[in-house]
Amino acid sequence: MSTADAPLPAPVRAEILALAAQELRPRGASVAALRLVQARFGWVSTPHLHEVAALLGMSADDLDGIATYFNLLFRRPVGRHVVMLCDSVSCWIMGREPLCAHLCRTLGIKPGETTADNAITLLPTVCIGHCDHAPAMLVDSILHGDVDMATLDHLINRLRDTP
Amino acid sequence: MTHSAERPLTAMIDPAAGPPDCATYEHNGGWQATRQTIGQRPPAEVIDIVTRSRLRGRGGAGFGTGQKWSFVPKEPASGRRKYLIANADEMEPGTFKDRLLLEGNPLQLIEGMILAAYGVQAGHGIIFLRGEYHLACARLHHAIGEAREQGWLGENILGSGFSFDIHVHSSAGRYICGEETALLTALEGRRATPRSKPPFPQTGGLWGAPSVVNNVETLCNLPHIITNGPEWFAGLGLGEDGGTKIYGVSGRVMKPGAWELPIGTPLRQIIEEHAGGMRPGYRLRALLPGGASTAFLDATALDVAMDYGSVEKAGSRLGTGMAIILDDRTCPIGMIRNLEHFFAQESCGWCTPCRDGLPWVERLLDAIEDGTGQAEDMDQLGRHARMLGAPGRTFCAHAPGAMAPLASGLKLFAADFAAHIQHGRCPQQPGT
Repeated sequence: MSTADAPLPAPVRAEILALAAQELRPRGASVAALRLVQARFGWVSTPHLHEVAALLGMSADDLDGIATYFNLLFRRPVGRHVVMLCDSVSCWIMGREPLCAHLCRTLGIKPGETTADNAITLLPTVCIGHCDHAPAMLVDSILHGDVDMATLDHLINRLRDTP
Repeated sequence: MTHSAERPLTAMIDPAAGPPDCATYEHNGGWQATRQTIGQRPPAEVIDIVTRSRLRGRGGAGFGTGQKWSFVPKEPASGRRKYLIANADEMEPGTFKDRLLLEGNPLQLIEGMILAAYGVQAGHGIIFLRGEYHLACARLHHAIGEAREQGWLGENILGSGFSFDIHVHSSAGRYICGEETALLTALEGRRATPRSKPPFPQTGGLWGAPSVVNNVETLCNLPHIITNGPEWFAGLGLGEDGGTKIYGVSGRVMKPGAWELPIGTPLRQIIEEHAGGMRPGYRLRALLPGGASTAFLDATALDVAMDYGSVEKAGSRLGTGMAIILDDRTCPIGMIRNLEHFFAQESCGWCTPCRDGLPWVERLLDAIEDGTGQAEDMDQLGRHARMLGAPGRTFCAHAPGAMAPLASGLKLFAADFAAHIQHGRCPQQPGT
């Protein structure tokens, strides 16, 4: 059984209850709670979604409506690293399309997919607010700007070697 | 050359040194406004000062800040629950000004929030931060912790009886969260759909309580307005608007970036002087003056002053003041297609015209750019631009914002549209 199928650990449950206690009503903590689960497991599995919903006093469907609404909440497993290449206008002007094509060729996947070795998930993303250094990308929580083919290759090779 | 005293928002920002700590912030003039205000003057005086400063919201809509606050019921902080919310959900494509302020000097935002909260007598502060701003998030948490430790936040600030604290809400990505009522819905743990008005947030906002939502740049101006006076602030602007503005430029210019300049600085000065002009081999063809949801202006508009009234008179909006440059080697249809893909994806889906109309526009543009467009597609695009672009046809301003670049592009790039349809191909590709 993978950890995403196992019950949430007690400290995570306690942290979610603490987040809920800070809000006027528990559901105010729904995004924070889902982010917390995702930070721990990489994504939000259905069993975990059900547990979080119960902790916040919401129906699982109601919470799933939120989990599937936001771009940065993942309801499917992702790789060890998440690469998000900005697809908005400044990056598009500065050449993100050939970069994306190169990335897809190198990784052997399309945007939205994960490499066979589970190392990298490639996701499209809207403007990441680094337009003065377009084309830009987020790798996990690290921002990279002025990306070209060479820096892209270097980054990807490093990620493949990083657990 | 702008003197540093005239760029109050960014004077303390030094990317190499990182954000100032509390002591450095105070040494450089920070907390003065808080000392002069909290418990020292009546809250109504703060609203009056801000109104007289002619500060207008820097998030895009440009509503008078003091006027916005004046709608909040005048009850003490100890009475009914009230909220002061910093809108840090900066997701407008082409816009990166709030990141500069959040990462560069988070204490300035915190002080601005304390002053705003005191003015409207709010006891609860929230920074609604976009999920991708990881560095800003870490720096905000650190700064809030430090401010709380030193008594600038929390119970009974400066022994005045006024209590106020801030927490950071890290969002999880959706452009519509920047719309103030959708932001409130998101904070209540629901899908972030906009709300009908009235009630306006100032009287019935978060959990039904009076709530003020202000943009980060707007709030960051407050310590300087209080310290230096409303007349000083109003005098910083070159036209009828008060203060400075963080302007930015992205695209094929020599030095893309963001600069704090007097509000009303002409576009030409921003693009040619600060952004260094176009890169060799590229000519400026058109631009979006204030982010993705503003109308295109062509190269003849370079002498327009970047203030609310002047940009509107030129046929667009100041928006966030962050210009996106279209060069002569980039396909304008491709650029509009990219913009409409963004707006279609980010429609919250709440109202039918936006949910169904924007993907339709995107498909039509896909076909034209890919060479399979038909002449009648132009009529469809024009109809969408008219129907979705008119205020009141959709629940919020998302669709009208999406139609601004399309409607202006249909006029400005009519020959490019015709060439795509006639020849069945795009003559230009991005990234060349």
